[in-house]
Parts: sequence; C-alpha cells; structure tokens
Amino acid sequence: MLGKLTLSQIPYTNPIIMGAFGFMILAVVALFALITFLHKWKWLWYEWLTSVDHKKIGVMYIIVALVMGLRGFADVVMMRSQLALSFGSSQGYLPPEHYDQVFSAHGVIMIFFMAMPFLIGLINIAVPLQIGARDVAFPFMNSVSFWLFVVGVILVNLSLAIGEFAQTGWVAYPPLSELNYSPGVGVDYYIWSLEIAGVGTLLTGINFFVTIIRMRAPGMKLMQMPVFTWAALCTMVLIIAAFPILTVVLALLSLDRYLGMHFFTNTLGGNAMMYVNLFWAWGHPEVYILVLPAFGIFSEVIATFTGKRLFGYTSMIYATVVITVLSFLVWLHHFFTMGSGADVNAFFSLTTMVIAIPTGVKIFNWLFTIYRGRLRFTTPVLWTLAFMVTFTIGGMSGVMLSLPGADYVLHNSQFLIAHFHNTIIGGTVFGAFAGFAYWFPKAYGFKLNEKLGKRAFWCWFVGFYLTFVPLYILGFMGMTRRVNHYDNPTWHPLLIVAAAGVFLTLIGILLQVTQVVVSFLQRKQNLDLTGDPWDGRTLEWSTSSPPPSYNFATIPVVTGRDAFWEMKHNGAVNHRPTEYRSIHMPKNTGAGVFIGLFNLALGFALIWHIWWLAILGLLGIVVTLILRTSSDNIHYYVPAEDVARIENERAERLAR
Amino acid sequence: MRNARHHLWKGLPVGAVAALSGCANLTVLNPRGQVGSEEKTLILTAAILMLLVVVPVIVLTVVFALRYRASNTKAKFTPEWSHSKRIETVIWLVPLAIITTLGILTWISTHKLDPYRPLAASGTPVTIEAISLDWKWLFIYPDERIASVNEIAFPTNVPINFQITSDTVMNSFFIPQLGSQIYSMAGMRTQLHLISDAPGTYAGLSSNFSGQGFSNMRFSAISTSEEQFEDWVSKARQSPDKLDLDAFEALEKPSEDVPVQYFSDVTPHLFEDVIAKYMTGAGSMQMTGQVGAQASN
Repeated sequence: MLGKLTLSQIPYTNPIIMGAFGFMILAVVALFALITFLHKWKWLWYEWLTSVDHKKIGVMYIIVALVMGLRGFADVVMMRSQLALSFGSSQGYLPPEHYDQVFSAHGVIMIFFMAMPFLIGLINIAVPLQIGARDVAFPFMNSVSFWLFVVGVILVNLSLAIGEFAQTGWVAYPPLSELNYSPGVGVDYYIWSLEIAGVGTLLTGINFFVTIIRMRAPGMKLMQMPVFTWAALCTMVLIIAAFPILTVVLALLSLDRYLGMHFFTNTLGGNAMMYVNLFWAWGHPEVYILVLPAFGIFSEVIATFTGKRLFGYTSMIYATVVITVLSFLVWLHHFFTMGSGADVNAFFSLTTMVIAIPTGVKIFNWLFTIYRGRLRFTTPVLWTLAFMVTFTIGGMSGVMLSLPGADYVLHNSQFLIAHFHNTIIGGTVFGAFAGFAYWFPKAYGFKLNEKLGKRAFWCWFVGFYLTFVPLYILGFMGMTRRVNHYDNPTWHPLLIVAAAGVFLTLIGILLQVTQVVVSFLQRKQNLDLTGDPWDGRTLEWSTSSPPPSYNFATIPVVTGRDAFWEMKHNGAVNHRPTEYRSIHMPKNTGAGVFIGLFNLALGFALIWHIWWLAILGLLGIVVTLILRTSSDNIHYYVPAEDVARIENERAERLAR
Repeated sequence: MRNARHHLWKGLPVGAVAALSGCANLTVLNPRGQVGSEEKTLILTAAILMLLVVVPVIVLTVVFALRYRASNTKAKFTPEWSHSKRIETVIWLVPLAIITTLGILTWISTHKLDPYRPLAASGTPVTIEAISLDWKWLFIYPDERIASVNEIAFPTNVPINFQITSDTVMNSFFIPQLGSQIYSMAGMRTQLHLISDAPGTYAGLSSNFSGQGFSNMRFSAISTSEEQFEDWVSKARQSPDKLDLDAFEALEKPSEDVPVQYFSDVTPHLFEDVIAKYMTGAGSMQMTGQVGAQASN
C-alpha cells in the first residue's frame, strides 16, 4: 500500500534531524495558526496563492527563496562547525551518513531553491514592468512554474524527516548515485525534486522569452531594452536550451534506478562518463543562468545611482550574448582530470578563458559608468561595489582553474570551493540582495531601512572573505572538498577562521531579517508615493509602487534607451489622459495550485514506489490541465471607471 | 564614507598574512617533483599575468567610487556621456591580450603536462597499478609481483608509471606534492606519470567523493633511495599474505581506515581482470588474462 515507506524510514532516533524537522513543523503550524487567527485564509487564497499576477508570483518566489536560503545556511553552519571540530581524535558531531546529506542538500538547495528562484522572482517583478507590459505572455503557466518549484521545495524538506536525502554531493555522479551504491531513497528525492522543479524552470524560460520578444511597449527596439531585460532574455535562452538536458539526464538515471537499465552503471556497457558530460552540458550554462541576471541588476543599479547613462550599452549587450553562446562550449573544464587527451583539454580550456574577455569588458563598463557620475552610496550600490571587487577575484581564480595544468592539482580541492562561492556569492547572491533592496519599494510601496541594510552588508562582506580566503589557502594545502574529518594540524586554525566567517555572515543574515521587520513597522515613514524613489531610468519606475494589477493605465510609448529618464526630461511624465479605457486582464485560477498538489503526490509516490498514488497524481495533473484549457472563463476586464478611480487616487496621493 | 574605505581594504591583508604564515604547509606550492614544479610555475605565472588587470580593476573601483561619490560636487559630472570608442577599444583589447598570452601558455603547458605523457628521465620507470576500493587503495607492482594497501614506495628521481582503475565508484588518485591527479573509473584504465626529486613520505588521497569512508581514503607515498626501495620490496615479499582471488574478494568488501598491508605474491593480470569484469557485464571476476588490456583502450 505504501510502497517502501514504513515507520522505520523516519530517523526519530537522531536528535539533530528530529530537532530540525520539529522546528520546521512548529514554524508551519505557527504560520497556519496566525493566518487562521487573522482570518486571512480567503485573502491568502484569492489574492496570492491563485494569483497569476507576475508581481505577486515574483514576491512569492522571493519569499520561498529566502526561507530556503535560511535552510541552506543552516547546512552551512553545520558543515563549518563540523570541520572546525572534527580534527584528530575528535570526530565532530556529524557522522558521514549525515554530513554527506548535509553538503548534498546545501548545494541543491542553494542553487535550485535559493539562487535561481530569487532571481526568477526579481525577473518576474521587474521585467514586465521594464518593457511596459501588463503581464507575462502566459500568466497561468507562470503560476504553474511557481507551484512546480514549490513542489521541489517541499520534497527536499520532506526528505529531512521521511527517509533521507542524497549522500552523493549535489552533482550525484553515478556509479555512486546508482542503486548498487545508493540503495536508499535519498537519490530519488534528489531526482524527483529536480525533475519537477526543473520543468517549472523550463516553462518560466519559455514564458519570459516570449514575453520579452512579443510584449514590449510600442517603440521599444531590442537595442533599447533595459540591460536587466536583456540579461533576462539571454538567461531564458540558456534555460530553454540547457534545462531539457538536465531533465533527460536525470530521467536516464531514474531509468537505471527504477527499471534496472544501464545508462550509467559500471556494468553491461553503462558509462558514468556520459552522465558527467551531460550533467555539465546543463551545469555550465546553469552557472550563467545564475549570474547573467545578477549582471543585469548591477547595470541597473549603477546607472540609476550614478544618475548617468550606462557606459558602453552596446558592448554590454554583445558581451552578454557572447557569454550566452560560449557557456555551451566549456562544460569539459569541470573534469579535466578524467583523462581526455591534451588537445581536448586545451580546447575546452581556451573556450573557458575566452569568456573572461566579455566578462572583463562588463566590469570595465561598470567602472566607466561610475567615472564622472554622482554615486549615491545606497545599500544596492554597496552590494554592487563589493561585487565588482569580489567577482574580479573569483574570475581570476576561475581562469587559474581553467588551465588544465593548474586544475590537475586544484581540482576538487577547497580552492575550487572558494572559487565558485567567490563567483556565486560575490555575483549571484550580492546581485540578488542588490536587486532586493532596489526593487523592494516597487513591490511593496515602501523602502527598506538603509542603516540596517548597510550593517548587514558589512557583516556579509567581511564574513565572506573571512570564510573563503582560508579555503583558498586550504586548497593549496591539499585539502579536498567533502571531507568530514582530518588529521592535518595545519588545517585546523584556518578552518576555525572559516567558521568564524560563517558566524559573522550569520549576524549579517539576522540583521537582514531585522531590517525587513523594522522596515515593515516603519513603513509609514518610508512610503514611496511617487513610484520613483531612486530617480530611476527605466519604465518600472514610471508606475506607482506597488503598481496596480494592470501595471500601466496607458501603455507607454518608447523612443529610446532609458525610456523613463527620457520622459522625465521631456516633461512627458505627468501627462494624464482625459479618459481611460477598460483593461483586459487574466483571471486568477487555482489550477496552478492543484497541478502542484498532484505533482507533489506524483513525486512523493515515485520516490516511495507507491504506484497507485503515482497514477492518481498523474491523472490529476492531466484532468486539471484539460479542465483548465477547456475553460473560457479565464479573462476579465478592469472597467474604465475602476482604472480612472485608481489613477485618480494615485494623483491625489502625489499632490498631497 | 570613511567607514567604507576602512572596510574595503580589510579583507585583503588578512588573506596575505595567513598565506605567508602558512607557507611551508602549502603542499601544492611546495612540490617535490618535476610535474608538481611545472604546475606550480604555471599557477604563479597565470596569477601574476592576471593580477596585471585584477589589481588595477580593484584599485579603480575604490578610487572611482570615492572620487565620484555624490557628496563630492567638485568632481566632474557628465550624465549623458556613455560612449567612447577609445576606452571601449582598450577595454576589449586588454583582456584579449592577457587571454591570448594565457592561451598560448595553456596550449603548451597542457600538452607538456598531459598526465598520459611518459616523463623523459633516466632510469627504468617503476610501474604501479592502483585500484580504488571502498575505501582504500590497492597498489600492485606487476614487475615485482607484490602488492600493498594504502602505501607505495618508489625510488627518488625515477619516473613512476601509474595505471589506474576502480573496483567501485569513481575516485581520484592524487599525491598533492608530486603533482597531477587523475580519476579512477571502473571498467576503464587511466594513466598518470609522476616523479619525485626529493626523498620523503608524501600524503596521497582520493580527491573525488566516493561515499561514507571517503575522508579516510588516504595512503602514504614514500620516495626513497634505490637501496631502501629494494628493502621495501623485500619487506613486502616476506609478507605471509598472497593476493589471490579470495584475498582480493575479502579486500573488496567496504571497510574504512584500513591499515597498511603487504602481499608477497599477486595473481597475474589481476589489474586487467578487475577492468575486464565490468566489460563482460557479469560483475564477477574471471581469469580473463589479457582481455582487459584490450578492452580498456
């Protein structure tokens, strides 16, 4: 009846796991109780969960991403404290079977359930506004994407208490991830959470690609799009081209595990090298899926806060496009040590290094945007400056690793760990935080507390270097990744410093949580009535904060780059039309939530081999889709009077 | 603003100081062999070349940010200026020049440091076959017909020819102070050529995660004189244990923290048989002799 699922699969004897899961249950129960107490269930369902509004979906993406960021950071605290303790005779407090799950979960969570959804959330909020659109091309599909992502999140968190997570590292290389060596359900949790969330990501890719290509405001040529929109467009191309590879490679792995096939096994002609190749054929473009949107955010931030046009717009766009193409030609640099010949290794090394050229150009473009500008030191600017310094160092260590001769001694070492955190934290995470502070007033209508934001920044910045500089050094000392115990006395002090860095970062995170709470409490003092709190340049700042559901009462007409900046300088901003028209909008729908629920049942059933439930889940998905697609009741009109009322209210608030 | 200046510089010296104080322990930068030395030179050359652009970028970031801060109204402000052919040419050409130089360096060094390339050094090379098991290393000396677990020895200044495979999941064979690492994979043979130029005992390890016992999957690599190497071989020859199929099957079973062990005799072609068993698909050992050698290519 319940497949492989029995009571013995719940690790109730492990106090750490049970404590963590108990805490999660408590948090969820407390949240439900609060919603019930405030009578907010209806509001939550109709205004948020069933919403197809890109801004609300974006906000939900970011909330889930932040929660998962906390979960992923809890893993960090566990790993770093384990390594600070487990020296010599002490084995630390995490036995290998637990520690191995922790680092696997950390990687999966931070990449798929924190960094990517955070950026997709920001893209959701900003891109339709930047191109002067009223919604995305496929609003319902956007809701489905979000709920598929949530299913992945739920599965990963369930694995904490029901069964186990993968003990293979986040890449899950076979043969280790094959049934012979990983007989538990951990790898199955890995496979199905990524398969389901990955389909959601692919749908997002298609959705925003079409949105950007087809739904730009009249007059906005491609080479007039805001840089963030360009970055999003290239990201979507990467998602569309790369994510199917991940879906297929994980499907093949599941065929090995479920049906006894031999794509990647040691025996019967299986070849694990094929998995490694396919995985990184997705995995390297994924790196740029993570960093291109961040590049876009920094471009917007730096142009806005210097009050100056972005230097070298054309260079910037070409650099982004070149990176997009090249990112598909470098995957082999993740395994120079597999024994490919010198010619093959040298080829992939050269393609990798070439990426440093457009990336370097971008850094110079940001530099020359600051040059002769009037830089306001807001929180987003601090993140951007820190990025420029940190990412340059990360790029340098990346080029070092791209030399096969250097990679032969640095591969799989702590140097590698330091390198990719240097680029992912210094690029993606700093970018996400910059974008968070930058677009927060747009999404919520009030600004974040600057003082707390800056304090959090300094903790993060110093904490980052304190954590990762020791890891660079440890790499040169011959310490590999994924080690959970060591005897080398020279490593110990450095690992203690790294743990101290994590502690400082933790303070930064607590300050960020405080910042959001304090800003909410003080929101009346920090209201953004104009919709343009930073003296912005692009169209999202031309509408109110938060924008009405239809974004723009009248669709703006674009004549050049920095469209809103032009309008402000031509005095075309406050011209209000004498009459408004009714606006055609998509209706909210619960279908996305139901598809998510059926997918959750399907995923859970597949993990535990509960076949009847899997069939039920699959049927549920198909039936919901058929019902939804055969419904005509999916649109409505915002009456012209309502539009006029909303716009007049805004004008009144502004006049006050 | 003073605050910003103060903090921006903080991170860098911390790293430098830590790096200097731990210099002797930076095993990768303290190589004891030709391959490792060349790789060290490569790392340092690449680092210096890149610092040529990295340092100016970091300095310019700080200088520009401070000079063009909003409160400094004396600084020039050109809000519409966004294009300069001269600057844009330079910012494409500078990275291009550095990457071209690095590219040439890459092509040459990648061929020179190819782990499969035998080293040009005097002396008859020692051949060592390495098999990664859960979670220990088995080493076979086919010419001497001895074997050992978690320890190898070889004469200083003599090339070592490693033949590597796995009888379990993927691992990576690595002796940081001697240089390059290479994966070990079941059903396949990878190769690695190393040499040491100073006697000593060097740490060896698996650098690719392979499951529970991974952290302790370490071995010692002893570089020593010809005479002492002979002593080491005869010590192994005196071992009562012989590595036949039964002994190998016992060794294959997962175990952690395995002590050093010697075998005075080895079933011929054991290494090839370990590779071949994955090629036949049955997953069991047969006396296939030379089949494995062909299949592994």
